[in-house]
Amino acid sequence: MLRLELIGISKQYPSVRANDNVNLRVLPGEIHAVLGENGAGKSTMMKMIYGAVRPDEGEIRWNGEKVEIKNPQQARALGISMVFQHFSLFDTLTAAENVWLGLDKSMKLPEITQRITQVSKDYGLEVEPLRPVHSLSVGERQRVEIVRSLLTSPKLLILDEPTSVLTPQAVQKLFVTLRKLAADGCSILYISHKLDEIRALCHNCTVLRGGKVTGMVDPRTVDNAGLSRLMIGAEPPQLQHKQVKAGAVVMSVQGLSVPKLDQFGTTLSDIGFEVRAGEIVGVAGVSGNGQQELMAALSGEDPRGPEGSIKLFGKDIASHSPRRRRKEGLHFVPEERLGRGAVPVMSLAQNTLLTRTEAVSGSGWIRSTAVDLLAANLISRFNVKAGGTGAAAKSLSGGNLQKFIVGREIDANPKLLIVSQPTWGVDVGAAALIRGELLKLRDAGCALLIVSEELDELFEIADRLIVIAQGRMSPSIPTAEATIERIGEWMSGLWPQAGSLGAGSAAPAPATAQGVRHAQA
Amino acid sequence: MDQLPLLIAATLASGTPLALAGLGLLINEKAGVLNLGAEGMMLVAAIAGFAAAFTTGSDTLAFVAGAAAGGLLAAAFGALVIWLNTNQYATGLAVSLFGYGFSAFVGVGYVGQKLSERTPFEIPGLSQIPFIGPALFRHHPMVYIAIALIAAAVWFLYRSRAGLVLRAVGESPESAHALGYKVRWIRLMAVVAGGALCGMAGAFLSVVYAPLWVEGLVAGRGWIALALTTFATWRPVRVLLGAYLFGGVTMAQFALQGAGVNFSSQLLAMLPYIATIVVLAIISRNPTWIRINMPASLGKPFHPGT
Amino acid sequence: MLRLEARPQPSKLMSLLSPLLALVLTAILAALLFVALGKDPAKGLGIFFVEPLSNLRQFSEVLLKATPLITIALGLAVCYRSNVWNIGAEGQFLLGVLSGGGVALWLTTSGIVLPKIVAVPLVLAAGVLGGMAWASITAVLRDKFNASEILVSLMLVYVAQQLVNYMVFGPWKDPAGFNFPQTKNFDASTWLPNLLGGTRLHIGFLIALVLVGLTWVFMFRLFRGYQLQVGGLAPAAARYAGFSASTSLWTALLISGGLAGLAGGMEAIGSFKQITPHVSTGLGFTAIIVCFVGRLHPVGIIFAGLLLSMMIIGGELGQSRLGLPNALTGVFQGLLLVLLLACDTLIHYRVRVRSALAGAH
Repeated sequence: MLRLELIGISKQYPSVRANDNVNLRVLPGEIHAVLGENGAGKSTMMKMIYGAVRPDEGEIRWNGEKVEIKNPQQARALGISMVFQHFSLFDTLTAAENVWLGLDKSMKLPEITQRITQVSKDYGLEVEPLRPVHSLSVGERQRVEIVRSLLTSPKLLILDEPTSVLTPQAVQKLFVTLRKLAADGCSILYISHKLDEIRALCHNCTVLRGGKVTGMVDPRTVDNAGLSRLMIGAEPPQLQHKQVKAGAVVMSVQGLSVPKLDQFGTTLSDIGFEVRAGEIVGVAGVSGNGQQELMAALSGEDPRGPEGSIKLFGKDIASHSPRRRRKEGLHFVPEERLGRGAVPVMSLAQNTLLTRTEAVSGSGWIRSTAVDLLAANLISRFNVKAGGTGAAAKSLSGGNLQKFIVGREIDANPKLLIVSQPTWGVDVGAAALIRGELLKLRDAGCALLIVSEELDELFEIADRLIVIAQGRMSPSIPTAEATIERIGEWMSGLWPQAGSLGAGSAAPAPATAQGVRHAQA
Repeated sequence: MDQLPLLIAATLASGTPLALAGLGLLINEKAGVLNLGAEGMMLVAAIAGFAAAFTTGSDTLAFVAGAAAGGLLAAAFGALVIWLNTNQYATGLAVSLFGYGFSAFVGVGYVGQKLSERTPFEIPGLSQIPFIGPALFRHHPMVYIAIALIAAAVWFLYRSRAGLVLRAVGESPESAHALGYKVRWIRLMAVVAGGALCGMAGAFLSVVYAPLWVEGLVAGRGWIALALTTFATWRPVRVLLGAYLFGGVTMAQFALQGAGVNFSSQLLAMLPYIATIVVLAIISRNPTWIRINMPASLGKPFHPGT
Repeated sequence: MLRLEARPQPSKLMSLLSPLLALVLTAILAALLFVALGKDPAKGLGIFFVEPLSNLRQFSEVLLKATPLITIALGLAVCYRSNVWNIGAEGQFLLGVLSGGGVALWLTTSGIVLPKIVAVPLVLAAGVLGGMAWASITAVLRDKFNASEILVSLMLVYVAQQLVNYMVFGPWKDPAGFNFPQTKNFDASTWLPNLLGGTRLHIGFLIALVLVGLTWVFMFRLFRGYQLQVGGLAPAAARYAGFSASTSLWTALLISGGLAGLAGGMEAIGSFKQITPHVSTGLGFTAIIVCFVGRLHPVGIIFAGLLLSMMIIGGELGQSRLGLPNALTGVFQGLLLVLLLACDTLIHYRVRVRSALAGAH
């Protein structure tokens, strides 16, 4: 008998049919992957199983019986539990209080604390119940989320992109936990777009594309190319790789130490690295290890860097404002598109003025025709699908807006381009275009620094890699010489000569012999 | 020196409406809603309470009327900012402006009217103790109820599950929503409860403290109460202490005049407002201090959307 | 069941219709209120919305009252678009009355008679500076101490009111005024020139119109105005772009303080022609309503200013002709703003009828 079955499920939103006649079959104790690129409909499907959204058509069956899941409490009562990609945790409360809030039974807090300790031991998920969540690392927070779910004794556990915040070693530990859970009879729905993980962990895989199911396969019997074909209809696009010809040093960072602004941040300690013309330096790291603070220091949004810690072409720019850095050739694409890279309610034309002030005369007068022209050029050059230069930034899809923002900075002919999470939440087509443009820029002699949480992406386009962990920076290593395992260790702070680092990071597991190996292009 | 017990008594009385309103606003803000309509709610409640007391002669009914008026106006405010997602600042302002005009309009017939005499209230026995007796134990019951409400709030917020849920909603409505909590209803309840407390404060002003009605009776206490919640870093006991502090400053102008200090009465009347500004400046100086204690979602709209 | 659904883009049409819709709803509620008061609703609505426009003299009063409303609201629009919540325009207005009126008083009492072309700009400049100075207190406390500009500017209103009282009860009291709290009447050489013979309308209205144009240019054609608006709409984007939040804060507060002070100066030598405790009539707060009804847009503010001025004149007429309490104006104004905010939802959201069953959308 099937634990969970979706039959002919559909969901329509105003502008898109998120799920179209979707079927899903999950056996008890099965680890079932749901594979699809961004926008394929995975999260909508999960929301319906979890009770946050109601389907327009179709039927859901639980243990063979038809059910209507009206809200999350009902889902939980059935035994369905979800661990979100973006955690539903409350920073100022303790781990135990957070867990308590996620449970429906009116248990007392001390009882909860005890049960947390028990479950942690049983499944190898170390959690200190009385610590406030804001003091936990990202990996630890995920463990709190999982423990919260486990305390509901779920029959079906849904995990949404769980490994985006873990080092490769921590991923292996998670897999051990999940396999034990499955062996104990709990079914697992594993949402991901990472082919290697799905093939290593899952018994079964349903592939979504454009809201429809394109196939249900046993991933252990299919190769990456096969899964890719089901996911995007073709082989993954190949990028043109020219030999790197690194020139002079464009930016040199040395002794960059910036204290954190508040208890929720990360202090940067003695960061140092170089970026040369004509090369791409990739910054790897688990989110929450200082990437945001580093970006703010480099872009000028945080001008507290010590004197001489950031030099552009030998000139100290550590205290310069973002506008001044742009004049000197440093451009930046932030990871937040709406609200930081662009003003959501302003038009694309108006949004060019954020970083491109060529059309503003000395007296401050804005020449609207010139501004419009620039926006139109960007739209056509970077293939941005938008309702004209007057379209509001928030009316564009994630991929198109990212193309526009990245394009806006590339078009400025920078000497150094810093990009944070270039293809996060972007569909495969747009991602390929963006990566291609970045490579073109590098071939034209620009220096690039790219921060990404997707190791695959960095291995694909970066010439050299550095790793940021707990506010510290590793030495650099040419990509060709790096392996996933080694970078994974570095992501936990274990690089040579770094010394031991403080408490709070995910304890690294010994690298296993069957480590996940990524096929290099 | 024998003025001191009376001064203390006056401070407690003067601080009570601030404490009630401050507590109401604290509950609002713990849930993440910034209520700039407090002044309007207090005004509407003040006239409602006065009218009730005038017509029925009952204090209790006056406070019930005040709480109801405050709660109703708060419900309208809540419907706008929570369901229609209108800008919290502008809507609160609008409610205050409306409350000012509406209370002035309704109160036209009550200007210059007097309430019937009430027997002064005393706690038997305790009120006879020299010095402390007149200072602490001869107050209207509402003064003691206010203190009790503060204590109840401490228990509610930090010892009950419902209070934990409220704090969670104020910190991250999105996470609370994802866990299945009815964020909007919880916020509405907080807003209405806060409005009722502001209402009780308004009724206290018109029925016990003044007691009379004129246009604009509340004289900015709603705004001072807002400053109070920030000053108290969103903790109930600090709200109470801060309220008495402000009450004391307000009384200071009369004490100074009584002591023969030759200072213009208008300049002395500025004292509570200037004190508020000074206190705000001092407490806001350290942004970290604020960030740690402020409910993270305060003032931001919540969309339980896709 | 009705449901709200986010629009991909804000609706420009609703942006224009919303104030009208709010006005219609206010009129409906007003009619109900008149009935409850035992008055003829048609007469009541007529007094408020038709009478003030019915003859030249009434209309000139409308324009007269609209002048300070428009002037103050323009400054508030700059502020609110920058997300700087200056609520204390009434206080900055009063300081403008004090500083502008103070100069006029000094000219009067010292017997110096200057040609209008010198005296008037002098008084108005003093008004601007007075308003700016008062707003600077708010600015410095927000900039250096992170104190909420809402609460500080509001507290300063109460302080300003007491300051006016102090001056007219004390140092500036007219010695020949039978001990009434008021200053001497200002000498005619300091008055704002009249615009329309037979009415009280002065050139202040023209000044207000010029300011509308200047504000429009500032907001939509100057980079500084763009920076303020980005700072208001998306502070993180403003930081990313490198726009200084501190400069934007000061710009917004100095402009709105200056304009409110200018309005105060204009009222001092255009309408009151002396200073009394009654100069604080809540214009600074009504201007907030004008600002919102006018969509925070210079051109919209002209119409909103006329509308709310009309309601004030209507309220006075209502009191004298129908025996309606003057406080009614305040009720209508408050209602208008609340309903406007509610109707504004339609700019960002569509109303959809959803059937209770899970079915076709």
